[in-house]
Amino acid sequence: MRRANLNSWLLAAPLTGVLVMFLILPILLIVAVSFWTADAFTFRPDFQFDNYRYLFGSAVAWKVFGLTFMMAGIVWAVTLVIGFTIAFFLAFHVRTQKWQMALFLLTTIPFWTSNIIRMISWIPLLGKNGLVNQTLMGAGIIDEPLQWLLYSSFSVCLAFVHLYTLFMVVPIFNTMMRIDKSLIEAARDGGASGFQILTNVIIPLSKPGIMIGSIFVIALVMSDFVTTRFMSGSQLANVGRLISNDIGLLQYPSAAATAVVLLISVLLTIGAMLRLVDIRKEL
Amino acid sequence: MRSANDLELVAVSKSYGTALAVDRVSHLFRAGSYVCLLGPSGCGKSSTLRMIAGHESVTEGAIILGGKDVAHLPPAQRGTAMMFQSYALFPHLNVRDNVAFSLKMKGIGKAERHAQADKLLELVGMTSFADRLPAQLSGGQQQRAALARALITKPQVLLLDEPLSALDPFLRIHMRTELKKLQRELGITFIHVTHGQDEALALADEIVVMNNAVIEQSGPAREVFNAPKTAFVARFIGGHNVLSLPEGRFAVRADEVRLVVHGTPAIVTAIEYQGAHVAMTGRIAGDQDVLALIPESVFFADPKTLGDTVTLAWDETRAHRLQG
Repeated sequence: MRRANLNSWLLAAPLTGVLVMFLILPILLIVAVSFWTADAFTFRPDFQFDNYRYLFGSAVAWKVFGLTFMMAGIVWAVTLVIGFTIAFFLAFHVRTQKWQMALFLLTTIPFWTSNIIRMISWIPLLGKNGLVNQTLMGAGIIDEPLQWLLYSSFSVCLAFVHLYTLFMVVPIFNTMMRIDKSLIEAARDGGASGFQILTNVIIPLSKPGIMIGSIFVIALVMSDFVTTRFMSGSQLANVGRLISNDIGLLQYPSAAATAVVLLISVLLTIGAMLRLVDIRKEL
Repeated sequence: MRSANDLELVAVSKSYGTALAVDRVSHLFRAGSYVCLLGPSGCGKSSTLRMIAGHESVTEGAIILGGKDVAHLPPAQRGTAMMFQSYALFPHLNVRDNVAFSLKMKGIGKAERHAQADKLLELVGMTSFADRLPAQLSGGQQQRAALARALITKPQVLLLDEPLSALDPFLRIHMRTELKKLQRELGITFIHVTHGQDEALALADEIVVMNNAVIEQSGPAREVFNAPKTAFVARFIGGHNVLSLPEGRFAVRADEVRLVVHGTPAIVTAIEYQGAHVAMTGRIAGDQDVLALIPESVFFADPKTLGDTVTLAWDETRAHRLQG
């Protein structure tokens, strides 16, 4: 018994070591640094709450946090609707497995190039003289180029949706594929209409996948700083950019405090979502 | 003696591309009877059942129930209900909500549908499990829940797709007794698909043997067992020898083959002790194997071993001539 115990601890040790070294320690370090003192040129170990006081006292910081949450909410809603629809189509409407796999691979195409290139490639499409504006003007629908297409919250949203819809599709598709097809027949046997099957059988049984996808998307959007910067032409800020700016100015303690607050708010959001749905059976 | 609740298949066909799964099958299922569709896998029995249920489209033909052609109606409007092989209980709903599912789809209020569901749960003896999830039930309990869910729609015909195949042998025999009892109590038609001839013989008022997309033979269980029409039926229903004799092909029941002093010589090729019987296989002239089920006491009064020469005989009048 004791020996078996020791063996299990030994087996778990390498991974524990890696996690402690590269996850727990860095986070503790960030938490520690968030209490340090900084002035214009240096920072030094200390234990005071100035960084947090400054952060919570700053109207800009509140606004940026609000914007970040809003962006995460919008992107979550859009990716959920698109992702669920794609997964539903793949899982229940495509008959053959061959086509299912082929179409599923198609959805991964956005990931065949790097993030930066994907973002840059929006410019010729959405820019002032981009394809969309030219087409709309050529068709006589608008007289002058739409300004809000690029370097706006719209373009940031669009880029996020483009980047992260796959993270919704994959887990939802995965749970849907595990739904026994005879359940659908049983529902139909019980007189359920197509819509009733969707709301009474498919959505409840897809919940774990929806939840996993939501966690991916929310965590990714809340922690992003590159996409927001590029796609808004540096006109919009989110929490990630707040942190990256502080680091650029060597204000590590302030960056650390912001990071801690961001980490806690993301964890709280995910924690609240996990209370709604038990995803353990899915993992 | 036709009744309004008879179910009739009229030249029903099902094809998948060029493959014919069911080939112009016609049959009358009498109201209130227990019918077993028996056959090997791929014989078309499941497709037939699923067409009756409405989960498979009918390529050609008509399915008449309650005096009208239901072949193109959605499953819930046919007066049939299906019990699925894997039971197909909704894993996210407890037993009561599973049973009440079709009532919820009709928009019946919660109190009303729960009351009706509880009545059916009582019928199948599942009252104390009403609040459990399907995953917390044993195979037999899941089956009862599925049965209650199918019956709540008050079907005229209950369709059962290999309902006992997921159970262990003991439970299987227990549940088949209960199925039969329930069918007698409810007085509705049960159509039960199975590939087990013992199950079919035990349960069915009428056995329909299918092979290669057509019905080979149908009739009361005793008739099918005692008078198989074709070599296939004789072999599939079990307990028969199919012999090619100069006068034609005959089926001889294995329990009617006896060890005698004067008869057909045979060399013993296999001996299997089966409890009440000993199954002895002897090879007769023309390299034909004859299975003899010999009562245990008779066999052990004069035991044989492999390679012995024995003489076998059967009552010629009990040899049953086969078609084709």
